[in-house]
Amino acid sequence: MQQSQPTMEPAARTSLNVEALRRDFPILTRTMRGKPFIYLDNGATSLKPQSVIDEEVRYYTELSANIHRGVYEFSEEASECYDQTRGIVARFLNAPSEREIVFTKSATESSNLIAYGWAMKNIKQGDEICISEIEHHANFVPWQALAERLGATLRLIPIDPGDASLDLSDLDRLINDRTRLVGITAMSNVTGYMPPIERILARARAVGAVTVVDGAQWVSHATVDVQKLDADFLIFSAHKMCGPTGVGVLYGREALLNEMDPFLFGGDMVLRVRKEKTVFRKAPEKFEAGTPNIAGVMAFGKAIEYLQNVGMKAIHEHEQDLLRYMVERASEIDGLVSYGPADLSTRGGIFSFNVGDAHPHDTGNILDEDGIAVRTGLHCAHPLMQALGIPGTVRASFYLYNTRAEVDRLIESIHRVRRIFS
Amino acid sequence: MSLEEDLYKEIILENYRSKKNRSRMDDADLASEGANPSCGDDVELFVKLDGDRVVAVTYDGIGCSICCASANLLCEAMKGKTLAEAMTIIGEYRKMLLEDATPHFSDDLADLEAMQGVKHYPVRIKCALLAWNTVRDMFETPASGG
Repeated sequence: MQQSQPTMEPAARTSLNVEALRRDFPILTRTMRGKPFIYLDNGATSLKPQSVIDEEVRYYTELSANIHRGVYEFSEEASECYDQTRGIVARFLNAPSEREIVFTKSATESSNLIAYGWAMKNIKQGDEICISEIEHHANFVPWQALAERLGATLRLIPIDPGDASLDLSDLDRLINDRTRLVGITAMSNVTGYMPPIERILARARAVGAVTVVDGAQWVSHATVDVQKLDADFLIFSAHKMCGPTGVGVLYGREALLNEMDPFLFGGDMVLRVRKEKTVFRKAPEKFEAGTPNIAGVMAFGKAIEYLQNVGMKAIHEHEQDLLRYMVERASEIDGLVSYGPADLSTRGGIFSFNVGDAHPHDTGNILDEDGIAVRTGLHCAHPLMQALGIPGTVRASFYLYNTRAEVDRLIESIHRVRRIFS
Repeated sequence: MSLEEDLYKEIILENYRSKKNRSRMDDADLASEGANPSCGDDVELFVKLDGDRVVAVTYDGIGCSICCASANLLCEAMKGKTLAEAMTIIGEYRKMLLEDATPHFSDDLADLEAMQGVKHYPVRIKCALLAWNTVRDMFETPASGG
């Protein structure tokens, strides 16, 4: 293959020392179906480096105490580690205050928290909510359900079916004086397309709508500055950025968070409880009822430190290199159709495709046999699939530890799909 | 065990590509839809009855090769059978996939044994069962059909 591609070499031409980084991820030494494990399902969840695994284990082996309750040493230390992560996340996002960081269990819980805590109180019958056709269900279904319940109208920014980018030609009608909330993804989990959110957010601000950015796919690969972004809320999850599962983040403007109603009620979120009435704490604590995922939050802090040491810009460039290489190699395969804009600079490290008349599930099964993990199907984005008129896609999604050699293995395996389904 | 031997046998690929039973039936006595939300398989089954005898079964929808091949095999297997016979075949087919039982199909149904290899791929078993479970549910409660 390399002979026919003289300008290409398997090593990525970016500043990351990928071979060294790969040694930080113990699972990469495993085999799958007897083949070296190739993980290209980072859009679903990322692998975890040893430092993150160690921190999760350290909590249970060395601390194991609940937080914000005990007066003893281990509880104090656990509380301190948990609270420190809030600061780590705030600095990672360049948030003005760590009081703007709420820990949830997932990006999905974060969007629901906004729906129940803010939208239920502020959206009335006849108001409008605007989202887009490329949203993940986590930023689609809560708004659809809420609109139905409140008698509000849900408007969708449509896609251009040609390349699955957003068609903003009707934006001023879709986001109008009745619009109270605008929800938009910063990166499609299906195509990796990064819509021009600045323009959408600017229009939302112009009509006074509250803005929610779904950063679940984006934050893990980008240099995020919430002050520049100027959105009211940003939601994402730890597990897609080298952190553990079970930890999500809601960034929200402090004033808005303090205005909002609690979503979950119980312990740890209260200032004082009397038989007659309970007084809640301020944000973020008023949204963190019950014992949180302490080990997970602590380990998430290590994940962010890990990513910052590698460098978010370097990660983005590395993924861009892999995407360009993937697109180039894929062009040699007859009958391969890929989805997303041709301008790769508008896309993150995701390559979504179909091969001939092979169903995505069949393609995924054959790749699995070759030790390659990809996502197949509808990707929790049924409205987008509906708009594209396809039964799903195969999605290869890259991260910092992937290599051009792995792309080569993927291409070989796609050729096998072609042979079986020719 | 290999993909080509177990999963993508010629007989399965032929049934996947076959359009013979892939159609909607306007005058169906029973109709029902089955879906696997995780993979997007979504098929609708149509049954024409004459008393308690199955005259024809067709299917329509989207699905992977295993899902569509198993649906096509199902349509062929059900034709001309009484509801009781059909339920026996469905039971045998399910046992083959779910209980690793050696199937005892009559000669005219021998093609169904081609689906046996699917049991080596646990995530695909639900593909091979979707159409079959949908029809079984209709036959168990025929009054609920369309």
